[in-house]
Amino acid sequence: MASSDRIFGLVTVGVALAYVASATQVQTSFLADPVGPKAFPMIVGSIAALCGAVMVLRPDAEPDWPELRTLGAILVSVIALVIYAYTLKPLGFLLPTAVVAGLLSYQIDPRGLRAILSGIGLSVSLFVLFRFVLDLSLVGLPKFITG
Amino acid sequence: MTDLFANLSMGFGIALSPYTLMLAVIGCMIGTIVGALPGLGPSNGVAILIPITFTLGLDATEALVLMTAVYYGAMYGGRISSILLNIPGDEPALMTTLDGYPMAKNGRAGDALVISGVASFVGALLATIGLMIFAPMLSRVAYSFGPAEYFALYLLAFSTLGGIASNNQAKAALASCIGIGIATIGLDNNSGMPRFTGGNLHLMDGIDFLVAIVGLFAIAEVFFFVESHGKGTALGVKLEKVTVPVRDIVKSGWCMVRASGVGFVAGILPGAGASLGSFLSYMSEKAIAGKKGGFGTGVPKGVAAPEAGNNAAAGGALIPMLTLGVPGSGTTAVLLALLMTLNITPGPTLFTDRPEVVWGLIASLLIANVVLLLMNVPLVKIFVKILQVPPAILMPGVTMVSFVGIYSLTGSYFDLLLMVGFGIMGYVFRKLDIPTVPIILGILLGGSMENKLRDAMVLSGGDWTYLFSSTISTSLIVAAVLGFIAPIFLRRYLTKPQRVSD
Repeated sequence: MASSDRIFGLVTVGVALAYVASATQVQTSFLADPVGPKAFPMIVGSIAALCGAVMVLRPDAEPDWPELRTLGAILVSVIALVIYAYTLKPLGFLLPTAVVAGLLSYQIDPRGLRAILSGIGLSVSLFVLFRFVLDLSLVGLPKFITG
Repeated sequence: MTDLFANLSMGFGIALSPYTLMLAVIGCMIGTIVGALPGLGPSNGVAILIPITFTLGLDATEALVLMTAVYYGAMYGGRISSILLNIPGDEPALMTTLDGYPMAKNGRAGDALVISGVASFVGALLATIGLMIFAPMLSRVAYSFGPAEYFALYLLAFSTLGGIASNNQAKAALASCIGIGIATIGLDNNSGMPRFTGGNLHLMDGIDFLVAIVGLFAIAEVFFFVESHGKGTALGVKLEKVTVPVRDIVKSGWCMVRASGVGFVAGILPGAGASLGSFLSYMSEKAIAGKKGGFGTGVPKGVAAPEAGNNAAAGGALIPMLTLGVPGSGTTAVLLALLMTLNITPGPTLFTDRPEVVWGLIASLLIANVVLLLMNVPLVKIFVKILQVPPAILMPGVTMVSFVGIYSLTGSYFDLLLMVGFGIMGYVFRKLDIPTVPIILGILLGGSMENKLRDAMVLSGGDWTYLFSSTISTSLIVAAVLGFIAPIFLRRYLTKPQRVSD
């Protein structure tokens, strides 16, 4: 029977073996010590593979995964955060923060107006806090607006 | 003894300057708020604040004073959400919910808060005194530690953390391996050759442990809130006028002292730490009180014991962290990350090379403790107000603070992406009941663990039996093996109490 633990254990065994395999490819320099840069990762990877195998053989009870809609909400949040990571530098702090904070707020509690207000509120108040109280170097608005 | 007082007065000389004193008070305030907010506990609270503190340009002692005040404050604050919301801020606070929440439902929320506040004070005070006495002693022992002993010690930390603090040995060991594996990414310390970077330039320097900590602890929490839609964080109990229940406090006085002792000893064990401390102190007080004690129904002692034990363990956990560089809990692991960010290497030499850091820290712990007691009893109503901030505003705020912190530290979008990745990892792992603290410990200690092993092999010319060459290292390795295997058999008898449900 497939269970989350079994699938995860299998993935772990695969990743761990790949890790061990790539450890064998690590270049050794002429300054080698008796152990070298390969042995320790190979031991760690082998133990990890063993643990993965144990998870396949003796899985725990199935965790309660969220329903499809909630999973979708988490996916939306992840995508929003990834976009945030890419836009924080080119677009400045204020705009991306307002949008992403509002979106996250909506995912946690779907109330439109409050989400918009908390997005804008968080963006402005955190900017004031970081820029003026804590004196961090943050760019507020993108260059093409401020010129 | 005279040494102790001389050192202590030097420490107070540093910690009592108006500026550091102000930092301590601010830290206590922020810490209590962070600890009280549902979804934020000592470990993730301290974690998201480290990058920001670092960019503020404080010197090492000042940053340390601020963050330890936040750390102790969060331990105090954690009890507020445990008692009023039945939500433990982190693992050790779970025990406080067992009697604290029933007590609050019986209309004694105010009493429970004051008793647990006093218990926290007693536990933290006794533990700080213990720290002053035992840490210098242990640091003298630690001087005789060579690479083989350190390697054995790291092994012990990983195995006790996995063995005692988790439900499944394989998963805990896997988590440690993942952490250590992540630590091997980047340039190899000895040979200078890149490992596991896949040719990616961003990975040459390795993965910053702060990125991993903030992702695993803070960003993962956001996903949990998206899943639960922030339900269950509404205040279910009323807090009437807060008075000081003198009789209950006096009655549970001895219980607090005993629990502090138990918690302190548990806290010293590397890897085991605070969860074990609050668990053991609650269970032992429950056994002493017997069936008539009514533990679990909302009795003052049931609140006092775990809270004193929890805070004493937090102090005790600082001993292995400062003298050996091995943290005893998730939160001390985060504090170790702070020290490493500030370029302070914990270990026996810390006590001789940088006494001002150690004793300034100890003095500020004592100050923070008094400030927290004064702050927590009269001002508890204000903190309860803060608790009512809806998660739909709080969690986006936490996310943005995490992003800005990491961004201002490293200035790279790649680290932000990594942080989100760690957040997803933290969510999936917690779903699968794989502990995340060993991952952090692995990332923090993996590098030194490998270095010590290789140093030991250089010393012995590649002879593996060298690892068992001294009594200390042999007994540490034996303890590590026992600590990992024994819980498999003991688990049947030592079931952890589950959360009280409504």
